Amino acid sequence: MININEVAETNEMIEKENLDVRTITMGISLLDCIDSDLETVKKNINDKIYNYAKDLVKTGKDIEKEFGIPIVNKRISVTPISLIGAACCKTPSDFSQLAVVLDDVAKKVGVNFIGGYSALVSKGMTPAEEMLIKSIPEALSKTDRVCSSINLGSTKTGINMDAVKLMGEIIKETAEYTKEKDSLGCAKLVVFCNAPDDNPFMAGAFHGVTEADCIINVGVSGPGVVKTALEKVRGENFEVLCETIKKTAFKVTRVGQLVAKEASERLKVPFGIVDLSLAPTPAIGDSVADILCEIGLEHAGAPGTTAALALLNDQVKKGGVMASSYVGGLSGAFIPVSEDQGMINAVEAGALTLEKLEAMTCVCSVGLDMIAIPGKTKATTISGIIADELAIGMVNQKTTAVRIIPVIGKDVGDNVEFGGLLGHAPVMAVNEFSCDAFINRGGRIPAPIHSFKN
Amino acid sequence: MKKTIITVVGKDGVGIIAKICTYLANNNINIEDISQTITGGFFNMMMITDMNSSSKAIGDISDELAQIGEEIGVVIKCQREEIFDSMHRI
Repeated sequence: MININEVAETNEMIEKENLDVRTITMGISLLDCIDSDLETVKKNINDKIYNYAKDLVKTGKDIEKEFGIPIVNKRISVTPISLIGAACCKTPSDFSQLAVVLDDVAKKVGVNFIGGYSALVSKGMTPAEEMLIKSIPEALSKTDRVCSSINLGSTKTGINMDAVKLMGEIIKETAEYTKEKDSLGCAKLVVFCNAPDDNPFMAGAFHGVTEADCIINVGVSGPGVVKTALEKVRGENFEVLCETIKKTAFKVTRVGQLVAKEASERLKVPFGIVDLSLAPTPAIGDSVADILCEIGLEHAGAPGTTAALALLNDQVKKGGVMASSYVGGLSGAFIPVSEDQGMINAVEAGALTLEKLEAMTCVCSVGLDMIAIPGKTKATTISGIIADELAIGMVNQKTTAVRIIPVIGKDVGDNVEFGGLLGHAPVMAVNEFSCDAFINRGGRIPAPIHSFKN
Repeated sequence: MKKTIITVVGKDGVGIIAKICTYLANNNINIEDISQTITGGFFNMMMITDMNSSSKAIGDISDELAQIGEEIGVVIKCQREEIFDSMHRI
C-alpha cells in the first residue's frame, strides 16, 4: 500500500518542482478530407477536427483535477497540409486559407496550438509542396495558433538543398511579415532532418501518414524534478549521478504513461506514444540548463557541457523507456534558448554561443531551438546554419531541427519578448562570413554511405 | 475500485480531522486507512478512501475538500490513487 512519504514525494514534485504533463496532443489524419474543391476541403477539415477534438480540452482538465497533476497544453497535430491541399490549392494563397481554417477550429475547440502546416520534402518538392512553403509567411502572419514544420532531409534520402535555400528565404520573409511582434511567426516555424511522425511537441508536431486515423500522444516534462534529485547527490561520482537521473526519469514518465492511457480511454482514441522529454519553460526551476549546472558546470556552454548533456539525454531515455509501453516522438532533453531561463542567463553571461549550441545538438534531442539572431542576417547564412544542423542529423541518424528567429530591427545585445511559454531571448551573434556560393549550387546532398543497410 | 488519496498539510489545530471526516461521512465515502505526522507544528495527514458509494464525482469532491481546507487554513488535496501507484510501484 502507498505510504505517506511516497505521497508526499509525488506532491512535492508537482507543487515545488514543476512536475507536469507538458502536452496531450491529439493526432488526426485529414487524408479523407481531400477533394478537388477548396471549399469542400475547408469544410471537411473543420468538421473532422471538431468532431474528434471537441472534448479534448475538457478531458484534459478532468484528468488534471482527478489526479492532481497539471496538464499544461492540449494540442492537435494533423496530416501535412501539403498533401491535403495538393488537389485543391492552385496558389500559395489557397494554402493559407487552409491555415486559417486550422486556426479557427483550434480556437473553437480551445487548443493552444495546432501543428501540421507542413511539407515533407527531404528528397524533392512537388508543386503543391513548394506552394505550401511559399505560403508560410502569409499563413503564419494571418493565424495565431498554427505551427508549421518542413522536413528537409533524412538519413535515407540526404538533404534537399534546393529546399534548404528556399527555407532560408522563407524564414526571413516570415520574420518580415511578423516584424510588429518581434518576428514571432518564426517561433512557430521549424525545419527538420529525420522528422518523426508522432511528435507531440510544437512547433514540429504533425500527424504522419504512417499513423492511424486518430491517436493520443503525450509529452512529459520535469527538468525541475531532475534538478532537485541531483541536489541530493552533489559530489558523488558519475555512477550515482546517472542512476539518480534514470530513477527520476522513470517516475516522471510513469505519470505521462498514466495520463496517456487515461486520456486515450476517455476519448476512445488509441494511445500512440509517450515522448520522454525534459522540456523546459521560462518558469524559474524548470530549466535544463540548471540541470547542467547542477551536474557541475558554472554555466551551460562551459567546457564539459556536451558531455554532461550527452549523459543526461541518455539517462532520461534509459529511465523512461521502461516506464512506458510505447515511446516515440523526439524523446530526450530539449535545449531551447528563449524557453529556458538558465540558457538565457548563460547567453547573457557570454558562456553560450551558437556554435556551442550546435555541438550540443549532436547529443540531445532536436536541435537549434528558439534562438533569436540579428534581423539583418542574410537568407543564405540562415540556410547555411540549417544545412549544418541537418548534416548532423543525417550523418548521426537522429532528428535535428532548426527554429531560429531573425528579429527584424534588432541586433546583438538587444532583447526579444515572445511571451508565455515561448519566453524571451537575447539576440545572439551569428558568424557573418559568406556561404552564398555553397547555398546557391542547387540540388541535393546524397544520402550518407551508412544509409545503405539493405 | 475508485480509491483516492486525501492529503492534508498545514498548521496544526483543533478539529481538522473531525471536519474532514464529517464531510466524508456525509458523502458516503469510506476511510480505509489514515496515517499522520506532526513535524515542526505542521500537520501532515494522508487518508486512503473508497468513493465507490459516493454519488459525487471525484472532481467535485476534490473542489469541495479544497474549499473546506481554505476555511480551516490547511491545504487539502484529493487525488486518485493511480498517480502514486504508477510512480512508486512497478
